[in-house]
Amino acid sequence: MGEVKLFRTWSSPFALRVVWALKLKGVEYETIYEDLANKSSSLLEYNPVHKKVPVLLHNGIPICESLVILEYIDETWNEGVRFLPKDPLARATARFWAKFNDEQVFPSFFRYFMRQGEDQEKAKEKVLENLKFVEEHLKGKKFFDGEVFGFLDLVFGWLVCYPGVINKAINLKLLDEQMFPNLCTWMEQFGDVPVIKETWPDEEALIHKFHKMREGLGIYIYTKLRYEAS
Amino acid sequence: MTKKSEIKLLGTVASPFVNRVQFVLNLKSIEYEYIEENLAYKSELLLTSNPVHKKVPVLIHANKPPICESLIIIEYLDEIKPDVHRILPSDPLERADNRFWANYIDNKFFPLYEEMRVTPGKEGKDAIKKGIIEGSVLLEEAFIKFSRGKTYFGGDDVGYLDVVLGCFIAWTKFIEKNNEFKVFDEVRTPRLVEWVKRIWSHEAVKDVIPGNEVLVNFYMMLQKYRPPRAV
Repeated sequence: MGEVKLFRTWSSPFALRVVWALKLKGVEYETIYEDLANKSSSLLEYNPVHKKVPVLLHNGIPICESLVILEYIDETWNEGVRFLPKDPLARATARFWAKFNDEQVFPSFFRYFMRQGEDQEKAKEKVLENLKFVEEHLKGKKFFDGEVFGFLDLVFGWLVCYPGVINKAINLKLLDEQMFPNLCTWMEQFGDVPVIKETWPDEEALIHKFHKMREGLGIYIYTKLRYEAS
Repeated sequence: MTKKSEIKLLGTVASPFVNRVQFVLNLKSIEYEYIEENLAYKSELLLTSNPVHKKVPVLIHANKPPICESLIIIEYLDEIKPDVHRILPSDPLERADNRFWANYIDNKFFPLYEEMRVTPGKEGKDAIKKGIIEGSVLLEEAFIKFSRGKTYFGGDDVGYLDVVLGCFIAWTKFIEKNNEFKVFDEVRTPRLVEWVKRIWSHEAVKDVIPGNEVLVNFYMMLQKYRPPRAV
């Protein structure tokens, strides 16, 4: 089905969802790790508009934006497992929650992580408010899409790892089993899927990175509100 | 007696996001009941249909759960009536390309218009103008790529990006007048200047585009409820 390359950073949750998608579809691909402080000329050529990762390169043609990439992968390698449901309404619902994650949940979590004092308290309220919607949406379901995991699980999958690691790094707890029983159960179940379990970035390295980010060394990269590994 | 339509659209006439859904409903000859919302006093129906964002547009199809977010609504309409005026192409790469530019327009380009409104001072506004002008050049290049020498982004007739960008024309003319500059210009973006004229007069579009008075009223409401930043 052609040559596939993935430009990514080692730590970005947006890259991970693409990794999961490719592995679940059984697609062979080459990984090119980018240093965002020193972007390669290839990246600048393949994503001139945003200069961001992840970028998927299929037969030399770039596809940018992780949600766009996910749908592209689903539509291109369309035999076997499909991520998005068939029904138009179910698809619209999945897309809505994916957008909500990328535009509200994740950025609000990121702000919570990066702020201090009273600002952090306010940011915490916002992320909890967002997560409550997600918790409600999971009610009565094993995975976001029902009995079998799919698109939305890939989108929300970062929750399985990052909040927990951040808690280890800077003692910042977020997901409480009492407040988020559905989410916590889902995290265990989705976290158990082999492809997910085997692809998390190294925890020590992540902890070190989160420390650095909090100390301000990484701040210049992460000040944009819409976080997509810039 | 008119048949009560299966499809309801909650919207506000000044919203380009609502307008673009209306373009698609018209292009696909889908009958719908339009319900105008007053965004300063949102209806119970809107608040229960879109509890997460409380925004328009919202599409309600028969008794099914409501669908929110204009780009998502458009794909839904395309999927339930694919045989009449297909909006998105069927090739996965073309679809990805179209979706990428829709995200650019909604998340990078159009937000500059609101930035323009809330940014105080000439220097600040000039910086935004520069951003909008740079964006217009990117969009001209995108038009060349997608149209392949034809009249619309979608080729011979209106397609996804025509609808996604076309809904902003009224507001474009509004900010051009208010700020004395040209977003689309004969020298810098000649093809888009032509395209604007064509979209503006297209059958499915022309009756949906809000008039200047509507925009002025909406602008005044924004100035009141979301005043510009202090200097």
